[in-house]
Amino acid sequence: MKYLSILLLCLLPVFAHAGEATDMAADPVLEKRMIGLAEKLRCLVCQNESLASSHSGLAEDLRREVREQMQKGLSDQEIIDYLVSRYGDFVLFDPPVKKTTLVLWYGPFALLLIGIGVLVYQLRKRKNQIPEAELSAEETQRVAELLNETAESPNQPKDSQA
Amino acid sequence: MARFILPFVIFMIVAVFLFVGLGLNPHEVPSPLVGKPAPAFSLPQLHEPDKQFSLQDMKGKVWLFNVWASWCTACEQEHPLFMEISRRNLVPLYGMDYKDKREDGMAWLQQHGNPYTLVVSDAEGRVGIDYGVYGVPETYLIDKQGVIRYKHIGVVTERDLSETILPLVKELQAK
Repeated sequence: MKYLSILLLCLLPVFAHAGEATDMAADPVLEKRMIGLAEKLRCLVCQNESLASSHSGLAEDLRREVREQMQKGLSDQEIIDYLVSRYGDFVLFDPPVKKTTLVLWYGPFALLLIGIGVLVYQLRKRKNQIPEAELSAEETQRVAELLNETAESPNQPKDSQA
Repeated sequence: MARFILPFVIFMIVAVFLFVGLGLNPHEVPSPLVGKPAPAFSLPQLHEPDKQFSLQDMKGKVWLFNVWASWCTACEQEHPLFMEISRRNLVPLYGMDYKDKREDGMAWLQQHGNPYTLVVSDAEGRVGIDYGVYGVPETYLIDKQGVIRYKHIGVVTERDLSETILPLVKELQAK
Protein backbone atom coordinates (compact mmCIF):
# COMPACT_ATOMS: atom_id res chain seq x y z
CA MET A 1 0.00 0.00 0.00
CA LYS A 2 2.82 2.35 0.96
CA TYR A 3 4.68 1.59 -2.26
CA LEU A 4 1.58 2.11 -4.31
CA SER A 5 1.06 5.57 -2.89
CA ILE A 6 4.70 6.46 -3.54
CA LEU A 7 4.31 5.24 -7.08
CA LEU A 8 1.21 7.40 -7.49
CA LEU A 9 3.08 10.39 -6.10
CA CYS A 10 5.76 9.87 -8.73
CA LEU A 11 3.10 10.13 -11.39
CA LEU A 12 1.94 13.54 -10.16
CA PRO A 13 4.35 15.59 -12.32
CA VAL A 14 2.87 13.93 -15.38
CA PHE A 15 -0.53 15.35 -14.53
CA ALA A 16 0.96 18.73 -13.67
CA HIS A 17 2.41 18.91 -17.15
CA ALA A 18 -0.91 18.09 -18.75
CA GLY A 19 -2.30 21.42 -17.53
CA GLU A 20 0.05 23.50 -19.62
CA ALA A 21 -1.32 22.92 -23.07
CA THR A 22 -4.65 24.60 -22.48
CA ASP A 23 -4.46 27.21 -25.22
CA MET A 24 -3.04 25.35 -28.20
CA ALA A 25 -3.78 26.65 -31.63
CA ALA A 26 -5.15 24.30 -34.23
CA ASP A 27 -2.04 24.77 -36.37
CA PRO A 28 0.94 22.98 -34.76
CA VAL A 29 3.52 24.69 -36.99
CA LEU A 30 2.27 28.13 -35.99
CA GLU A 31 2.08 27.06 -32.37
CA LYS A 32 5.69 25.98 -32.49
CA ARG A 33 6.71 29.32 -34.00
CA MET A 34 4.68 31.15 -31.35
CA ILE A 35 6.29 29.21 -28.51
CA GLY A 36 9.72 29.81 -30.04
CA LEU A 37 9.10 33.55 -30.01
CA ALA A 38 7.43 33.52 -26.62
CA GLU A 39 10.50 31.93 -25.08
CA LYS A 40 12.45 35.08 -25.89
CA LEU A 41 9.87 37.29 -24.21
CA ARG A 42 9.43 38.02 -20.55
CA CYS A 43 6.17 37.63 -18.73
CA LEU A 44 5.63 40.96 -16.97
CA VAL A 45 3.64 39.50 -14.13
CA CYS A 46 6.06 36.79 -13.02
CA GLN A 47 9.18 38.45 -14.26
CA ASN A 48 11.62 35.59 -14.34
CA GLU A 49 9.39 33.43 -16.44
CA SER A 50 9.11 33.55 -20.18
CA LEU A 51 5.83 34.17 -21.94
CA ALA A 52 5.98 30.58 -23.15
CA SER A 53 6.08 29.03 -19.70
CA SER A 54 3.96 31.41 -17.68
CA HIS A 55 0.48 30.53 -16.48
CA SER A 56 -0.60 34.07 -15.73
CA GLY A 57 -3.67 35.47 -17.40
CA LEU A 58 -1.69 38.20 -19.09
CA ALA A 59 0.76 35.68 -20.55
CA GLU A 60 -2.14 33.73 -22.00
CA ASP A 61 -3.54 36.91 -23.54
CA LEU A 62 -0.16 37.84 -24.95
CA ARG A 63 0.32 34.38 -26.43
CA ARG A 64 -3.09 34.77 -28.05
CA GLU A 65 -2.05 38.18 -29.35
CA VAL A 66 1.21 36.80 -30.77
CA ARG A 67 -0.63 33.87 -32.34
CA GLU A 68 -3.19 36.16 -33.97
CA GLN A 69 -0.56 38.49 -35.31
CA MET A 70 1.28 35.50 -36.78
CA GLN A 71 -1.92 34.38 -38.43
CA LYS A 72 -2.20 37.85 -39.94
CA GLY A 73 1.20 37.22 -41.51
CA LEU A 74 3.36 39.53 -39.41
CA SER A 75 7.03 38.65 -39.08
CA ASP A 76 8.62 37.81 -35.73
CA GLN A 77 10.44 41.14 -35.75
CA GLU A 78 7.22 43.08 -36.34
CA ILE A 79 5.57 41.30 -33.44
CA ILE A 80 8.55 41.99 -31.17
CA ASP A 81 8.47 45.66 -32.21
CA TYR A 82 4.77 45.81 -31.36
CA LEU A 83 5.28 44.36 -27.90
CA VAL A 84 8.31 46.55 -27.21
CA SER A 85 6.30 49.64 -28.19
CA ARG A 86 3.71 48.62 -25.59
CA TYR A 87 5.76 47.16 -22.77
CA GLY A 88 9.25 48.50 -23.40
CA ASP A 89 12.55 46.68 -23.73
CA PHE A 90 11.70 44.94 -20.49
CA VAL A 91 9.72 42.28 -22.36
CA LEU A 92 12.90 41.15 -24.08
CA PHE A 93 15.12 38.71 -22.24
CA ASP A 94 17.88 39.91 -24.55
CA PRO A 95 17.92 43.71 -24.22
CA PRO A 96 19.12 45.65 -27.32
CA VAL A 97 22.39 47.55 -27.23
CA LYS A 98 21.62 51.26 -26.97
CA LYS A 99 22.51 54.30 -24.90
CA THR A 100 20.64 53.24 -21.79
CA THR A 101 21.88 49.67 -21.88
CA LEU A 102 25.57 50.40 -22.57
CA VAL A 103 26.50 49.90 -18.93
CA LEU A 104 24.59 46.65 -18.86
CA TRP A 105 26.36 45.30 -21.93
CA TYR A 106 29.86 46.68 -21.51
CA GLY A 107 30.02 47.31 -17.76
CA PRO A 108 31.30 43.79 -16.97
CA PHE A 109 34.10 44.13 -19.56
CA ALA A 110 35.04 47.52 -18.13
CA LEU A 111 35.20 45.98 -14.67
CA LEU A 112 37.32 43.14 -16.02
CA LEU A 113 39.78 45.61 -17.58
CA ILE A 114 39.96 47.59 -14.36
CA GLY A 115 40.61 44.33 -12.49
CA ILE A 116 43.41 43.32 -14.86
CA GLY A 117 44.88 46.83 -14.57
CA VAL A 118 44.89 46.69 -10.78
CA LEU A 119 46.41 43.19 -10.87
CA VAL A 120 49.24 44.23 -13.23
CA TYR A 121 49.88 47.36 -11.16
CA GLN A 122 50.05 45.39 -7.92
CA LEU A 123 52.34 42.70 -9.40
CA ARG A 124 54.76 45.32 -10.71
CA LYS A 125 54.74 47.13 -7.41
CA ARG A 126 55.49 43.93 -5.57
CA LYS A 127 58.33 43.08 -7.92
CA ASN A 128 59.97 46.39 -7.09
CA GLN A 129 59.53 45.74 -3.41
CA ILE A 130 61.45 42.47 -3.44
CA PRO A 131 65.18 43.34 -3.36
CA GLU A 132 67.63 41.42 -5.45
CA ALA A 133 69.80 39.75 -2.86
CA GLU A 134 73.49 39.21 -3.60
CA LEU A 135 74.80 35.77 -2.68
CA SER A 136 77.78 35.53 -0.45
CA ALA A 137 80.79 33.49 -1.63
CA GLU A 138 79.82 30.71 0.75
CA GLU A 139 76.29 30.53 -0.65
CA THR A 140 77.56 30.50 -4.23
CA GLN A 141 79.73 27.55 -3.47
CA ARG A 142 76.84 25.73 -1.79
CA VAL A 143 74.63 26.31 -4.84
CA ALA A 144 77.31 24.95 -7.16
CA GLU A 145 77.66 21.88 -4.98
CA LEU A 146 73.95 21.23 -5.00
CA LEU A 147 73.75 21.64 -8.77
CA ASN A 148 76.62 19.28 -9.36
CA GLU A 149 75.12 16.76 -7.03
CA THR A 150 71.90 16.62 -9.07
CA ALA A 151 73.66 16.52 -12.40
CA GLU A 152 75.80 13.57 -11.36
CA SER A 153 73.14 11.69 -9.53
CA PRO A 154 72.32 8.36 -11.19
CA ASN A 155 68.84 8.40 -9.63
CA GLN A 156 67.75 11.39 -11.63
CA PRO A 157 64.32 10.77 -13.16
CA LYS A 158 65.46 11.73 -16.68
CA ASP A 159 68.30 9.23 -16.63
CA SER A 160 66.22 6.43 -15.24
CA GLN A 161 63.72 6.89 -18.03
CA ALA A 162 66.31 6.86 -20.76
CA MET B 1 45.63 53.10 7.83
CA ALA B 2 45.88 54.21 4.21
CA ARG B 3 45.57 50.65 2.92
CA PHE B 4 42.03 50.44 4.32
CA ILE B 5 40.77 53.53 2.56
CA LEU B 6 40.40 52.06 -0.93
CA PRO B 7 38.52 48.91 0.17
CA PHE B 8 36.33 51.07 2.37
CA VAL B 9 35.48 53.44 -0.51
CA ILE B 10 34.65 50.48 -2.76
CA PHE B 11 32.52 48.98 -0.01
CA MET B 12 30.62 52.24 0.41
CA ILE B 13 29.97 52.53 -3.35
CA VAL B 14 28.65 48.96 -3.51
CA ALA B 15 26.57 49.54 -0.36
CA VAL B 16 24.97 52.66 -1.85
CA PHE B 17 24.12 50.81 -5.07
CA LEU B 18 22.62 47.90 -3.16
CA PHE B 19 20.69 50.21 -0.86
CA VAL B 20 19.17 52.11 -3.78
CA GLY B 21 18.41 48.76 -5.43
CA LEU B 22 16.49 47.67 -2.35
CA GLY B 23 14.14 50.62 -2.72
CA LEU B 24 13.35 49.98 -6.39
CA ASN B 25 10.20 48.14 -7.26
CA PRO B 26 10.89 45.63 -10.04
CA HIS B 27 7.22 45.67 -10.91
CA GLU B 28 7.39 49.30 -11.95
CA VAL B 29 8.43 48.93 -15.54
CA PRO B 30 8.85 52.31 -17.24
CA SER B 31 6.24 52.60 -19.95
CA PRO B 32 7.41 53.44 -23.45
CA LEU B 33 3.95 54.88 -24.07
CA VAL B 34 4.49 58.05 -22.05
CA GLY B 35 4.78 60.92 -24.52
CA LYS B 36 3.16 58.89 -27.30
CA PRO B 37 -0.40 59.10 -28.62
CA ALA B 38 -2.75 56.89 -26.63
CA PRO B 39 -3.65 53.78 -28.68
CA ALA B 40 -7.04 54.21 -30.31
CA PHE B 41 -9.85 52.02 -29.07
CA SER B 42 -13.57 51.64 -29.23
CA LEU B 43 -15.16 49.60 -26.49
CA PRO B 44 -18.68 48.90 -25.25
CA GLN B 45 -19.73 50.85 -22.20
CA LEU B 46 -20.05 48.82 -19.04
CA HIS B 47 -23.51 50.01 -18.11
CA GLU B 48 -24.87 50.29 -21.62
CA PRO B 49 -23.08 47.67 -23.71
CA ASP B 50 -24.94 48.71 -26.87
CA LYS B 51 -23.14 52.02 -26.79
CA GLN B 52 -19.51 52.35 -27.74
CA PHE B 53 -16.99 54.70 -26.26
CA SER B 54 -13.82 55.59 -28.10
CA LEU B 55 -10.69 57.60 -27.57
CA GLN B 56 -11.93 60.12 -30.12
CA ASP B 57 -14.74 61.12 -27.74
CA MET B 58 -12.17 62.56 -25.36
CA LYS B 59 -10.39 64.87 -27.81
CA GLY B 60 -9.72 68.26 -26.26
CA LYS B 61 -9.92 67.07 -22.67
CA VAL B 62 -7.34 66.30 -20.05
CA TRP B 63 -8.50 63.15 -18.34
CA LEU B 64 -7.53 60.19 -16.19
CA PHE B 65 -8.01 56.69 -17.55
CA ASN B 66 -7.99 54.12 -14.78
CA VAL B 67 -7.73 50.41 -15.48
CA TRP B 68 -9.38 48.36 -12.76
CA ALA B 69 -11.30 45.13 -12.19
CA SER B 70 -13.67 43.67 -9.65
CA TRP B 71 -11.15 40.88 -8.96
CA CYS B 72 -8.42 43.38 -8.21
CA THR B 73 -8.03 43.82 -4.47
CA ALA B 74 -5.55 46.68 -4.75
CA CYS B 75 -8.22 48.64 -6.62
CA GLU B 76 -10.21 48.86 -3.41
CA GLN B 77 -7.31 50.73 -1.81
CA GLU B 78 -7.31 53.56 -4.32
CA HIS B 79 -11.06 53.62 -4.68
CA PRO B 80 -11.80 56.12 -1.85
CA LEU B 81 -9.37 58.56 -3.44
CA PHE B 82 -11.14 58.23 -6.77
CA MET B 83 -14.46 58.88 -5.04
CA GLU B 84 -12.96 62.11 -3.76
CA ILE B 85 -11.69 63.07 -7.23
CA SER B 86 -15.21 62.57 -8.48
CA ARG B 87 -16.85 64.43 -5.59
CA ARG B 88 -14.54 67.41 -5.84
CA ASN B 89 -14.52 67.31 -9.62
CA LEU B 90 -10.73 67.46 -9.76
CA VAL B 91 -10.26 65.84 -13.16
CA PRO B 92 -12.51 63.79 -15.46
CA LEU B 93 -12.08 60.18 -14.45
CA TYR B 94 -12.87 57.35 -16.85
CA GLY B 95 -12.53 53.68 -16.06
CA MET B 96 -11.79 50.53 -17.96
CA ASP B 97 -13.03 47.30 -16.46
CA TYR B 98 -10.21 44.96 -17.43
CA LYS B 99 -10.65 41.21 -18.01
CA ASP B 100 -13.79 41.14 -15.98
CA LYS B 101 -17.35 39.92 -16.31
CA ARG B 102 -19.79 42.75 -16.92
CA GLU B 103 -22.05 41.73 -14.02
CA ASP B 104 -19.10 41.51 -11.63
CA GLY B 105 -17.84 44.92 -12.63
CA MET B 106 -21.24 46.51 -12.22
CA ALA B 107 -21.84 44.78 -8.89
CA TRP B 108 -18.49 46.04 -7.63
CA LEU B 109 -19.35 49.62 -8.56
CA GLN B 110 -22.77 49.25 -6.96
CA GLN B 111 -21.19 48.04 -3.75
CA HIS B 112 -18.28 50.48 -3.51
CA GLY B 113 -19.69 53.47 -5.37
CA ASN B 114 -18.96 54.63 -8.90
CA PRO B 115 -16.41 57.45 -9.18
CA TYR B 116 -16.17 57.22 -12.98
CA THR B 117 -17.83 59.52 -15.48
CA LEU B 118 -18.03 56.47 -17.70
CA VAL B 119 -16.68 52.96 -17.68
CA VAL B 120 -15.80 50.82 -20.67
CA SER B 121 -15.51 47.08 -20.59
CA ASP B 122 -12.41 45.33 -21.92
CA ALA B 123 -13.57 41.81 -21.16
CA GLU B 124 -10.86 40.08 -23.18
CA GLY B 125 -8.04 42.39 -22.24
CA ARG B 126 -7.19 43.31 -25.83
CA VAL B 127 -7.17 47.07 -25.34
CA GLY B 128 -5.23 46.40 -22.16
CA ILE B 129 -2.43 44.88 -24.24
CA ASP B 130 -2.47 47.94 -26.51
CA TYR B 131 -2.00 50.11 -23.45
CA GLY B 132 0.76 47.91 -22.06
CA VAL B 133 -1.29 46.93 -19.03
CA TYR B 134 0.36 44.14 -17.07
CA GLY B 135 -1.25 44.49 -13.71
CA VAL B 136 -4.17 46.41 -12.34
CA PRO B 137 -4.64 49.06 -11.17
CA GLU B 138 -2.91 51.24 -13.72
CA THR B 139 -3.77 54.85 -14.40
CA TYR B 140 -3.02 56.98 -17.45
CA LEU B 141 -3.14 60.75 -17.75
CA ILE B 142 -4.07 61.73 -21.29
CA ASP B 143 -3.87 65.29 -22.62
CA LYS B 144 -6.04 67.30 -25.01
CA GLN B 145 -4.23 65.94 -28.07
CA GLY B 146 -4.74 62.38 -26.90
CA VAL B 147 -1.11 61.92 -25.83
CA ILE B 148 -0.31 59.87 -22.75
CA ARG B 149 1.48 62.21 -20.36
CA TYR B 150 1.86 60.01 -17.32
CA LYS B 151 1.33 56.41 -16.36
CA HIS B 152 0.91 55.28 -12.81
CA ILE B 153 1.42 51.61 -12.04
CA GLY B 154 -0.25 50.29 -8.92
CA VAL B 155 -2.36 52.03 -6.32
CA VAL B 156 -2.63 55.81 -6.66
CA THR B 157 -1.97 57.35 -3.25
CA GLU B 158 -3.02 60.75 -1.99
CA ARG B 159 0.56 61.88 -2.35
CA ASP B 160 0.77 60.72 -5.99
CA LEU B 161 -2.39 62.65 -6.67
CA SER B 162 -1.47 65.91 -4.98
CA GLU B 163 2.22 65.98 -5.86
CA THR B 164 2.34 64.48 -9.33
CA ILE B 165 -1.00 64.02 -11.03
CA LEU B 166 -2.92 67.18 -10.16
CA PRO B 167 -0.04 69.61 -10.88
CA LEU B 168 0.43 67.89 -14.23
CA VAL B 169 -3.31 68.11 -14.93
CA LYS B 170 -3.24 71.88 -14.23
CA GLU B 171 -0.26 72.36 -16.47
CA LEU B 172 -1.84 70.38 -19.31
CA GLN B 173 -5.20 72.11 -18.98
CA ALA B 174 -3.53 75.50 -19.25
CA LYS B 175 -2.00 74.57 -22.61
